[in-house]
Amino acid sequence: MVRPIAFLAGLAFVFVLLFSLVTGAVAFVSEPPAPSAEKVFHLHPKEVSFASDGPFGKFDRQQLQRGFQVYKEVCSACHSMHQVAFRDLKDLGFSDPEVKAIAKNWATEVPSINPETGEPATRKGTPADKIPSPYANEVAARAANNNALPPDLSLMTKARHGGPSYVYSILTGYQAQPAELLKRFPDAKTPASLHYNPYFANLNIAMPPPLVADGQVAYADGTKASVDQMAKDVAAFLVWTAEPKLEARHQLGLAVVIFLLIATTLAYLSYRNIWADIKH
Amino acid sequence: MSFPWANHYAPKHSLTKWLDERLPLPRLVYNAVGAGYPVPRNLNYFWNFGVLSGAALGIQIVTGIILAMHYAANAGVAFDSVEHIMRDVNSGWMLRYAHATGASFFFIVVYLHIFRGLFYGSYKAPREMVWLLGLVIFLLMMATAFMGYVLPWGQMSFWGAKVITGLFSAIPVVGTPIQTWLLGGFAPDNAALNRFFSLHYLLPFVIAGVIVLHIWALHIPGSSNPTGIEVKGPQDTVPFHPYYTAKDGFGLGVFLILYCLVLFYAPNYLGHPDNYIPANPLSTPAHIVPEWYFWPFYAILRAFTVDFILPAKLWGVLAMFGSILLLFFLPWLDKSPVRSGNYRPAFKKFFWLLVIDVLILGYCGGSPAEEPFVMISQLAAAYYFAHFLIILPIVSRMERPLPLPNSITEAVLEGKSGATLSTSTQG
Repeated sequence: MVRPIAFLAGLAFVFVLLFSLVTGAVAFVSEPPAPSAEKVFHLHPKEVSFASDGPFGKFDRQQLQRGFQVYKEVCSACHSMHQVAFRDLKDLGFSDPEVKAIAKNWATEVPSINPETGEPATRKGTPADKIPSPYANEVAARAANNNALPPDLSLMTKARHGGPSYVYSILTGYQAQPAELLKRFPDAKTPASLHYNPYFANLNIAMPPPLVADGQVAYADGTKASVDQMAKDVAAFLVWTAEPKLEARHQLGLAVVIFLLIATTLAYLSYRNIWADIKH
Repeated sequence: MSFPWANHYAPKHSLTKWLDERLPLPRLVYNAVGAGYPVPRNLNYFWNFGVLSGAALGIQIVTGIILAMHYAANAGVAFDSVEHIMRDVNSGWMLRYAHATGASFFFIVVYLHIFRGLFYGSYKAPREMVWLLGLVIFLLMMATAFMGYVLPWGQMSFWGAKVITGLFSAIPVVGTPIQTWLLGGFAPDNAALNRFFSLHYLLPFVIAGVIVLHIWALHIPGSSNPTGIEVKGPQDTVPFHPYYTAKDGFGLGVFLILYCLVLFYAPNYLGHPDNYIPANPLSTPAHIVPEWYFWPFYAILRAFTVDFILPAKLWGVLAMFGSILLLFFLPWLDKSPVRSGNYRPAFKKFFWLLVIDVLILGYCGGSPAEEPFVMISQLAAAYYFAHFLIILPIVSRMERPLPLPNSITEAVLEGKSGATLSTSTQG
């Protein structure tokens, strides 16, 4: 009984699938899908390497500090960093007093209440605070940015394909809209409030170019702050904010794998030994 | 347990004697996975994956219980609580990556275990019940994995939950009320997240229970082997311990090396970047895709694009569930008396075609729902159903199997134990 029923069920599925296939093929031939501007002009992130790449990668702390400076002086005007606390910055090589000072002097204060009246208030940051958001809430953020919401940057390098290369490419990828694009897709002209960037999924990004001039940030360590350098540094910094335990992971992984290689070799030898007199 | 020549448990120490008369737990272990369980001597490395699946479940349960101590199942804070685990919990990053990577490796070894059973005819009499219980475990695993992926409450968590629970709305008349009832709301929200967490914690223990039945059912006839012929005497078997504990120990080592390489060096490779964006019901991701281990089934779901008597969506849902349910009937679809694919030349060709077909389905399931992937997945899904429901029953009737060796020992001594899963058609 099972086999005739199975045979009929199989025929039904195969028939409907082939029917779908033929219908789809006819539609594909009669009305081929039109190419879109995004399909043709979207670019994959540029090739760029970071000290934290690869199985033995470590952070370049000088670069992280520079990237933090770019975030603090440029990005943090619009972008929040919910997941990172000031105390975490000690990882970048800042001392306790330096972290205290960074928290205290942060441009945005920490939301609080007035201890006397209970009214909403703000206070200076402390190392235990998460980095405060530039806007009180999403509505305020949208209102200040032409209805676009600047995303939180804590996890940005893990939340996009390409990670830090994507961040670097977006920051250095602003350009005039190619004439060829306008010729082929006249409807795809970048609206006045947006900015053309081929590394962004739909080519038009709401964020105005944030890094525009060499020397926009004055690096404390004397590195020349070219746009390219600043973009790289802030991308490296965002690798750290997204994956602060990366170095511990790489180090522990090495120890674990070496241990397992030795243990597995011993396990293999004991397996061969136990089976030595049994043909199998 | 199953053969008269099996070693018998004989406690020597007075304490173990005392225990054996009151609670014979050591005896149970001895008979189940000790020297008291005789196993065919010719098992190849594909027989390691049962133990490896058990190990993967163990890893998931241990890491999961500790993660649950730090995770908060509330839609308002779930995403941040996961990041809290990654940043502030001691070794929390390792626990979470071990759990997420562990889910993928659990499926890798279970899929290999299933395909081993398919190739060597392990589903055939007298082991039908082993196969059926294994499929129950597989279904429970899929439910557990799906609900676990929802817990971090990222974009893919939310939209995955929405798409999968939306499948129930394809049921005529009562579909939408069922979906609302399952979710505890009209869309995934706090109620759904809470019940998913509760079930995600419960189901692994149900799986562990069904595994006990799976092993129990296996021990009645005993393990199959690459020749597919039954054990005929003591010379065909070796005691499970130390022979297969040693072999499984080596297999476990190799498994752990590969698992740890991904865990420590590419922990996000098998995940989707969108799940690092907090769930947002107002923003639909460009491509909603499940985790890789569901891709073949997702491809089947999306392959139905035309309403034919039934709506396309209902066809897709029926086919997706049907693609797993049909495996329950496999012991009665494939009536060939020969178990091992090594002695079935026609079956062997179709088996490898099926492997390639499932890989193609997987690739299409992970790709965007556009051409040519839709057309390819339609062809591949058609072959999947044809393979099990039409081709296998016919092949098992028409095929002339190769001559079988007289016994396992004979096969071993002639060097034809079928110990390699060879692709040659000469046998």
